[in-house]
Amino acid sequence: MILLLLFIPLIAAAAVWLVGNKLASRIALIGSVFQLILTFVVYLQYKNNEVFYFFQEWIATPKISFHLAADGLSIAMLLLTNFLVPLIILSGFNREINNARSYFALILGMQFALVGVFLAMDGLLYYIFWELALIPVYFIALIWGGADRVKVTLKFFIYTLAGSLFMLLGFIALYWYNPGQSFDIRELYRLSEVVSPEVQSWLFWAFFIAFAIKIPIVPFHTWQADTYQQAPTQATMLLSGIMLKMATYSLMRWLLPILPEGVAQWGPFALGLCVFGIVYASIIAIMQKDLKRLFAYSSVAHVGLISAGIFTLTTVGLQGSVVQMLAHGVNVVGLFLCADIILNRTKTNDIASLGGIRSVAPKFNTLFLIVVLASIALPLTNGFIGEFMLLFGIYTYNIWAAVFAGLTIILGAVYMLRMFQNTMLGETKASTKVFEDLKWNEWAVLGIIAVVIFVMGLYPKIILDLTAPSIDAILNQAIIK
Amino acid sequence: MNTLILCVGLGLFCLVAELINIRKLLLPILLVGLGVLFVFTLTTWGTELPPSIWGFSMETMIRFDNFSIAFSALAIFITALVFMLAIDYYKTEENHITDYASILMFTLTGALVLFSYWNMAMLYLGIEIVSISMYIMAGSRKFDTRSNEAGFKYFLMGAFASGFLLMGIAMVYGATGSFVIEEIALYANGGNLSPLFITGLVLILIAFFFKVSAVPFHFWSPDVYEGSPALVTAFMSTLVKITMFGAFYRLLSLAFPGAISEVYTILFIVATLTMSLGNLIAITQVSFKRILAYSGISHAGYMLIAIMAIPVDSSAALFYYTISYAIAGVGIFAAAIPVFFFMNNEKVEAFNGLGKKNPALAFIITILMLSMAGIPPFAGFLAKYYVFSKAVEFNLYAITIIAIINSIIGVYYYFKVILAMYTQEPDGIEVKPTTLYWTVAIACALLVIVIGILPNTLMGLMS
Repeated sequence: MILLLLFIPLIAAAAVWLVGNKLASRIALIGSVFQLILTFVVYLQYKNNEVFYFFQEWIATPKISFHLAADGLSIAMLLLTNFLVPLIILSGFNREINNARSYFALILGMQFALVGVFLAMDGLLYYIFWELALIPVYFIALIWGGADRVKVTLKFFIYTLAGSLFMLLGFIALYWYNPGQSFDIRELYRLSEVVSPEVQSWLFWAFFIAFAIKIPIVPFHTWQADTYQQAPTQATMLLSGIMLKMATYSLMRWLLPILPEGVAQWGPFALGLCVFGIVYASIIAIMQKDLKRLFAYSSVAHVGLISAGIFTLTTVGLQGSVVQMLAHGVNVVGLFLCADIILNRTKTNDIASLGGIRSVAPKFNTLFLIVVLASIALPLTNGFIGEFMLLFGIYTYNIWAAVFAGLTIILGAVYMLRMFQNTMLGETKASTKVFEDLKWNEWAVLGIIAVVIFVMGLYPKIILDLTAPSIDAILNQAIIK
Repeated sequence: MNTLILCVGLGLFCLVAELINIRKLLLPILLVGLGVLFVFTLTTWGTELPPSIWGFSMETMIRFDNFSIAFSALAIFITALVFMLAIDYYKTEENHITDYASILMFTLTGALVLFSYWNMAMLYLGIEIVSISMYIMAGSRKFDTRSNEAGFKYFLMGAFASGFLLMGIAMVYGATGSFVIEEIALYANGGNLSPLFITGLVLILIAFFFKVSAVPFHFWSPDVYEGSPALVTAFMSTLVKITMFGAFYRLLSLAFPGAISEVYTILFIVATLTMSLGNLIAITQVSFKRILAYSGISHAGYMLIAIMAIPVDSSAALFYYTISYAIAGVGIFAAAIPVFFFMNNEKVEAFNGLGKKNPALAFIITILMLSMAGIPPFAGFLAKYYVFSKAVEFNLYAITIIAIINSIIGVYYYFKVILAMYTQEPDGIEVKPTTLYWTVAIACALLVIVIGILPNTLMGLMS
C-alpha cells in the first residue's frame, strides 16, 4: 500500500509523458485524483490502527535502508500534498502551455519526491527525496517561467542546495556518532543521549540552515519573492503550498527529536528569528505593489508563525503548526490562483492598475474574498484555528514573543484587505473593463478550496486527532527531562 | 598477468592491421578484444595468483589484488566506450586509424600497469607509457596548430613532472635501499623517517599532483584539453585521470601509509586550492572543453580528499567516485562531440536551444550534468557522499566543509550548459548524432542512474 502511494505519481508522470501533449493534463488529473483516493483509503485504515510500514535493505555500506512509514503526521502531510496536486493540475487547464506533457509530468514527478519526503524514515533516503524535489520544480520554473527566470531560478536552486548540503554533512556526522552506524530514524532518535551537547549545538545549525532556507525564515528568505513572481503559477503553488511544508515538517520529524540538546540551546534564538521574520515580512508585504510578491511576503509571515509554534515545544504549538501548515497550504494555493486569474485576464499583477473587478466578475469576487478572509484568520475559517493555537502556544512560552507574533494578524489584515480593496472594489480601470468571470476549472478549484476552508475551520478535530499521537511522541523525545 | 599480455597483444595487433589492410574492421575487432579482456579480468577476481612470465616470478614487480582488478576492469570498460565513439569519430581519417588505435591500446596497457605495480620502477614505466601515448595523441591533428601546441605543451610540462618523479624515487631509494613497495612500507612504518625520505615523497607527490592536474600544477590541463581532438580529450579527462588516481592511491596506501601524516598539510592545501580554483575559474569560461577541464580539476580536488582519508580505507569511496566521474565524463563527450560537429563550435553557446532541437539529447546531457554536479539520485551524488563520509569518519571536517561550499559553486557552471539548452533560442542547424554516439550517451546516462540507485555491488568490491 505504502509503496503504491509512493510510486503512483511516478507512474502517472511516465504515462502523462507518453500520451503526448493533447491528453497530458487530463491523464495527470486522473492520476493525481487516483492518488488522492488512495490517500483517503490510507487515512481511513490508519484510524483503524493499521500500521503502514515498508522496510528493505538498500545500500549495504553505508547502511541505508528503504524505510518508509506513515504515522499521523505523515498522513496529514500526504493529505495536504495529494489534495493540492490535483487542484494545481486542474488550475493548469484552459491555459496555453507549450510542451504540456513535460509540464505535467514534472508536476507529478515533484509529487513523487514530496510524498517520498513525508514517508522516508531513513535519513539518507529522506535526504535524497528532499533534493529530488528540487529538480522538477526548478525545471518547471526555468522553462515555463517569466522573463527574469534564468537568474532567479538559479539563485533559488543554488541557495536551497547550499542549505541542503550542510544538512548532508549533519547526517554524515550523525552516522558516525551512531554506534550502530545507520541512518534509520529509530536509531537516530536514540542518539540524543550519545551525542554531546556541544556537538548537538553545531549539528543544530547544519540542519536548521537547510530548513530555514526552504521555509524560509528571515534572513534566509531572499530567494523567495523573486522565484514566486517568476515561476509559472503551478510551480509557485507547489513551492508555497507544499514544498515549504516539507521544511516545517522536517523541523518536527528530524530536528526536534534527534537534537534535543541543540534545540534547547538554540531553540529560543530560532524562535526569536521566526518572530522577527513575522513582523519584518508583514511590513514588507504592506509595501508591495505586485500581487504575487505581496502573497510571497505574506507567506513568509505565515510560515514564520508556523515555525515559531514548533520551537515552543508545546503540544498546542505543534498541533497549531500542523493545522496551520494544512490551512496555509490550501489558502496560498487559492491566493496564487486568484493572482494568476487576474494576470491571465488583465496581463498585469500591478495592484495600482487594477480595481473594480467585483462589478465585472462577481463569482470570482466571492471566492477570492473567502480565501482572503481565511488567510487573515477570520473565525470560522481554517486560518483562525491554526493561528489561534499557534499564538496560544507562543503565549505560554513567552508573552512578549506572543505580542509581537500577534502583530501578524493585524498587519495581515492591513495588507490583505487593502489589496482586496484596491483590486476588487472601486471603479473599474482600463485593464479591468473587460474581465471574464471564472472558467469552469477555476471555479471548481476555488470552490473546492472554499469548502475546505470552512470544513477545516469548523471541524479541525479531524486533523488534531490524526496528528496528536505523533506529536506526543515527538515532544516526548524533544523535551529534555 | 595474462590480461596485461593480452592488452599488449591487442596493441601490437593494431600495428599489424595496417599491413594486412583490415582498417575498416579494426575497431570492431578491438571492441571484441576489449570485451574478452574485460571478462578475463573479472575471472581473475579474488585469485591473487603470483604473477610470472614463462616461469620467472614477477612478484617484486607487479601484483594483482582486488583493488587492481576492479580498477583494471573499469579502465577496460571506459576504453571500450571511447573506442565505440572512435568508430565514427575517425571515419574520415582512415589512414591513421591503426596508429591511433594502437596508441590508445598502449595507454590502456600503461593504465593496467599503474593499477597493479609493486615496484617503483614499474610505477615509473607505467606513468611514462600513459604519458607518452597521451603526448602523441594530444598532438595527433598534425595540421592543426592548436593540437600541435597542446601536444608540445603537455610534453614539456609532463617531462618536468617525470623528472620530479624520478628524483623522488631516487631519494626514497636512497633512504630505504629498495624499489619494492613492501620494503618501502616497512621503512615508512618504522618511524624516525629521514629528511631524504620525506623530500623524496614530496617530490613524488608533486609529480602526481601534476598528473592529476591539481592546483598549482594544473596549468597544462585547460590548454591541452582545449587543443586536443575532442575524442582524445574525452580519453584524457576520464581514463587518464582515474588511472593516475588509482596509482596515487595505491602508492600512498601501500608504500607510504606511515608517512601520510607527514604530508597531510600539503595534501590539505593542494586539495583546497584544487577544488576552489578549479571551480571558480570554471565559472568564467565560455569554451565547453575548458569548462570540463576546470571541472575535472575540481573533481581532482574531491578525489584528493579520498586520498587524505587513506588511513580509514577510502578505496571503495575513491573507486565509486572514479566510476561515476568517468562514466558521466564519457557520456558528456558522447553527447557533446556531435554537437560540436554539427554546430562547428566548441563553446557553451553551441548548446543553445538544444532542448527544442533535440530534446532527447538535451535530456541525456542534463542527467549527466546533474550527476557531475552531485545531485541525487544520480551516481555523482553518492560519489560525493562516500568521499565526504570517509572524510568525516577521519575527522576531516574542515576540508569537508570546503568541499561542500565548492559543490555549491560547481552547480553554477554545470547549469550554464543546462540553461543554454533550455532557455536560449535554437538556430536552424539540426544535431543528429549517429547510432554509436546515441548508444554510448544513453548507456552512460542509464549507468549513472543505475549505479546511483544500486551501488551495492560496486561498493562491495573493495571490502
